[in-house]
Amino acid sequence: MEAMTNDLSLRSLTKRFGDFVAVDDISLDVPTGSFFSILGPSGCGKTTLLRMVAGFEEPTSGTISIRGRDMANVLPNERPVNLVFQHLALFPMMTVAENIAFGLRRRGVRKDESRTRAEAMLERVGLPGYGDKRIAQLSGGQRQRVAIARCLVLEPSVLLLDEPLGALDLKLREQMKVELKKLQAKVGTTFIYITHDQSEALVMSDRVAVMNRGRFEQVGTPQELYGQPATPFVARFVGDNNAWAGTVESAADGEVVLRTDEGFVFRARGMEGCGAGSRVNLYLRPEAMRLDPKDTSNLNMFRVTLKAILFDGANSRLLTVTEQGHELLVRLPQNRTFDNLEPGREFAVGWNPSSGICFVEDGADCRGLDGEDA
Amino acid sequence: MSASGMKQSRLAFWLFLAPVLGWLLLLIVLPHLDMLYMSLRSGSFSHPGWTLTNYQAFFEEPIYWLTFARTAGYAVITTAITLVLGLPVAFYIAKVVRPGLSGALMVLLLLPFWVSELVRVYGWMILLRESGVINFFLLRLGIIDTPIEMLYNDATMIMGLVYTSMLFMVVPLVSVMESLDDSLVEAAYDLGASRLCIWRTIIIPHSKPGITSGCIVVFMLSLGNYLTPNLMGGKNSLWFTEQIYNQFIASFNWNQGSAFGFLLLALSSVIVWAGLKLTRQKLGEVAS
Amino acid sequence: MKKLLVLIALVLFASAGVAKADTLKLMTWKGYAPKVLVEKFQKETGISVEVTYSNNEEMIAKLRATRGAGFDLAQPSQDRISSVQAEYGLYQPIDYAKVDGKLFIPSMLEAVKKNTLVNGASYAVPFCWGTSGLIVNSEKAPGVDSYKALLDKKFTGRASYRLKRPTIIAMGFALGYDPFALYADTAKYQAMLDDIEKTLVAAKPVVKNYWANGDALLESMRSGEVFVAMAWDNGGWKLHGENAAIDFKAPKEGALGWIDTFAIPAKAKNVDAAYKWINFMLRPENAGYFTSEENVPTASADANPHIAEAVRANFERSFPPATIDNIKWYPPVPAELEALEGKMLDKVKAAK
Ligand SMILES: Nc1ncnc2c1ncn2[C@@H]1O[C@H](COP(=O)(O)OP(=O)(O)OP(=O)(O)O)[C@@H](O)[C@H]1O
Ligand SMILES: [Mg+2]
Repeated sequence: MEAMTNDLSLRSLTKRFGDFVAVDDISLDVPTGSFFSILGPSGCGKTTLLRMVAGFEEPTSGTISIRGRDMANVLPNERPVNLVFQHLALFPMMTVAENIAFGLRRRGVRKDESRTRAEAMLERVGLPGYGDKRIAQLSGGQRQRVAIARCLVLEPSVLLLDEPLGALDLKLREQMKVELKKLQAKVGTTFIYITHDQSEALVMSDRVAVMNRGRFEQVGTPQELYGQPATPFVARFVGDNNAWAGTVESAADGEVVLRTDEGFVFRARGMEGCGAGSRVNLYLRPEAMRLDPKDTSNLNMFRVTLKAILFDGANSRLLTVTEQGHELLVRLPQNRTFDNLEPGREFAVGWNPSSGICFVEDGADCRGLDGEDA
Repeated sequence: MSASGMKQSRLAFWLFLAPVLGWLLLLIVLPHLDMLYMSLRSGSFSHPGWTLTNYQAFFEEPIYWLTFARTAGYAVITTAITLVLGLPVAFYIAKVVRPGLSGALMVLLLLPFWVSELVRVYGWMILLRESGVINFFLLRLGIIDTPIEMLYNDATMIMGLVYTSMLFMVVPLVSVMESLDDSLVEAAYDLGASRLCIWRTIIIPHSKPGITSGCIVVFMLSLGNYLTPNLMGGKNSLWFTEQIYNQFIASFNWNQGSAFGFLLLALSSVIVWAGLKLTRQKLGEVAS
Repeated sequence: MKKLLVLIALVLFASAGVAKADTLKLMTWKGYAPKVLVEKFQKETGISVEVTYSNNEEMIAKLRATRGAGFDLAQPSQDRISSVQAEYGLYQPIDYAKVDGKLFIPSMLEAVKKNTLVNGASYAVPFCWGTSGLIVNSEKAPGVDSYKALLDKKFTGRASYRLKRPTIIAMGFALGYDPFALYADTAKYQAMLDDIEKTLVAAKPVVKNYWANGDALLESMRSGEVFVAMAWDNGGWKLHGENAAIDFKAPKEGALGWIDTFAIPAKAKNVDAAYKWINFMLRPENAGYFTSEENVPTASADANPHIAEAVRANFERSFPPATIDNIKWYPPVPAELEALEGKMLDKVKAAK
């Protein structure tokens, strides 16, 4: 029975604000104990979705069930889920321990007992002995952990997290990503994690749903989303991508030959609908391109000029430009061959046809690497 | 900043402050000093001189301190009722209603203050008197068959005081509640708190500065009110301010009246101080 | 300190006075300066009258605060002048050469002169007079003729009076004392007050409320909420015009007679205007107009032809000759007594 294996099931969940559809017919199953992320641009309806699960918004239609139990008419304070708010919402009028014990006390746990459990929880999130501090005395990362501890101490079936790292600075965010993942693995609670930062979603999650304009574009493992995007939106939104607009010349067995608007002729994987003569967008990852390859057989080849080096350690890239002025990101190989590059230098670029994916043109500006607003 | 610039700005500071200080001195400090002087002078014409008898009289004559105790007691009750009524009203205005509407509601609260207190009290009297509007309708509807006198008792007087004080409670409460992050309430709800519990653990602790300042203002206003207790109060409802008035106006005993005035100031300050102590607050933390 | 305050007040008043050169600042009772007469006075003399309404106690308090400044003319009752004059010097002696003596009822002018005599000078001339007694709704409370009705259980919740000195005096008479005779003996007066206090406290259930505002009292009588009240005669007459069952009744213990006067504050600015107003108001046609409007008998000698028929009828109905002789006129009240009375009244109000 699915109810035994799924902590959260949504069926055709829809939320309208007047004429505006914030969440549009979403169905979803989240398996027990998994780290599930919902990734989407700002305003796509993530928070609305989460608030419906927590019980703060009434769905316009559709059902929510948690561990097989229908949540219709169950008040937020009675749902077996807890929400870590975007801005944490810690209670400034209480100490850390009181914050964590708050939910326990509401369940009628005795004062000393809930205090002990709060202390134990603090230890688990790496803040032993912080119980008597005031919220204002904590750093951003510590608050973060207190907010999560406050929910986890209640042992919810599902923990909902609404961009909890949004307010942190970059360094701390990187660090907390890893800690959150470790924490989830340790406690084994199902996490549903909302973010608009694709790297957070990819790093932490078992599975990710990419959301756009109130709908799920694709649900899959991070590898699937990155390697086999199902829609052009996913291709643009998950990871960096280079894009060309062009026309299919011939198509066979999922492979197409296309001519870009600049005149290059490439072979690439063609998705559904990429028949001969159709307008398509071609997406190509920066790391798929090889600079000055020795063996050019079976590769698509063209020439670029270096414009700038975007140094970022192991993730450094080159900003290059074709003769026609089309900018492309190319990953800087980590073998020291290209250590002393100067802007203006020319390269031959080659790529394997299976790395490029063609989608039928969807009207969006394919060069915009990030997603658009709903 | 150069030295001369510094001097100039200090000069400007004093220039701006001078009228304020002058105003305070003229209208608050001087009259009080005069009152203090009077309260320490003998009220008898035959033996003028310095004396404490005016203060002594307050403590020795039960009618005086009993009246004060009664007045303070009713002011406390009024404050408590105003607070209990004001909290949900303020929450509704600050949090529930659309921002546009909340302005309108504030104006609605302010409306009674566009007429003088006298007119307001007479309005109540027209409603509540034996031959008044409410009795008329109750009789008409057959709910009662002889009119009830709703005026001239302590409950009515407290209602009048609460009505008069409401605005002064709601305004500080609204302003402090507006600063309450909605997500705190939702977080508490999410963590399993009931409505009542959210009030107890989140909203009231957050609103504490507003509650304190509202309570102080309402308490002082009720204690110092003259018209409402006088006109709506019952036959036994001697209010301390009325006693001060009587000392000044009816008995011509300005010295005694001044002493009472000072005692009112001092005792009410003590009560406020005790209230702050009891709720472990400092005056400095109290919001406007 | 006080001098400084007074100085400031003086400067304020003086500057206000300069702004409007010919005004008469009159502090008086409601109704004592009818609009028609104020306008007529201005037409005749060019002096405008600025009226402030007050009562005996407030008049004294206000003038005391400014040591007799701020007003050109006041209208205290005759019994409330001599003692405060002796204590605080609020007024200046009347220059009787400047008032037209022929305008006054001679005996009344003499009485006021005598009662306001302090250190050889007199401080007031009479303006009008009247009585306090009972206003009775004879339909609901037939046969009432004594102040004791205010204590009668029959009228529980239907009686009303003020907690002011007229009530004390009335109760004194009702309980068989002669309060005026006791003025000189403070101890005995206090004994009487104690007795009255007991009586009033015991009779609290009878009272609906202690009235403070004359109009509000009249409204309670009009609506039938109050059957018996102690109040001024003109209020009763006013109601009689609306409802024949309600009327003023001079009680058998005697109505309490008062005379309201003109007195000139010590620091009056416009003394000339004050005298002009006095002479103007006592002119028979003006006094008659005032009496007809307000139902208050005048001290003017020849006003009778100018008084409306109905108003004269009121008077004749409520005051047959024997009743007039029984009116108890207030003698000047010693200041110490007022303090005793004030405390006693407080006790009555506070009692359960
Ligand atoms: N109460 C509401 N009334 C009307 N519209 C709303 C309401 N709440 C949300 N919306 C709209 O629904 C859409 C989705 O909002 P939501 O808060 O779910 O976005 P989000 O994906 O969480 O965005 P972000 O990443 O910026 O937090 C937005 O366009 C928003 O304007
Ligand atoms: Mg959001």
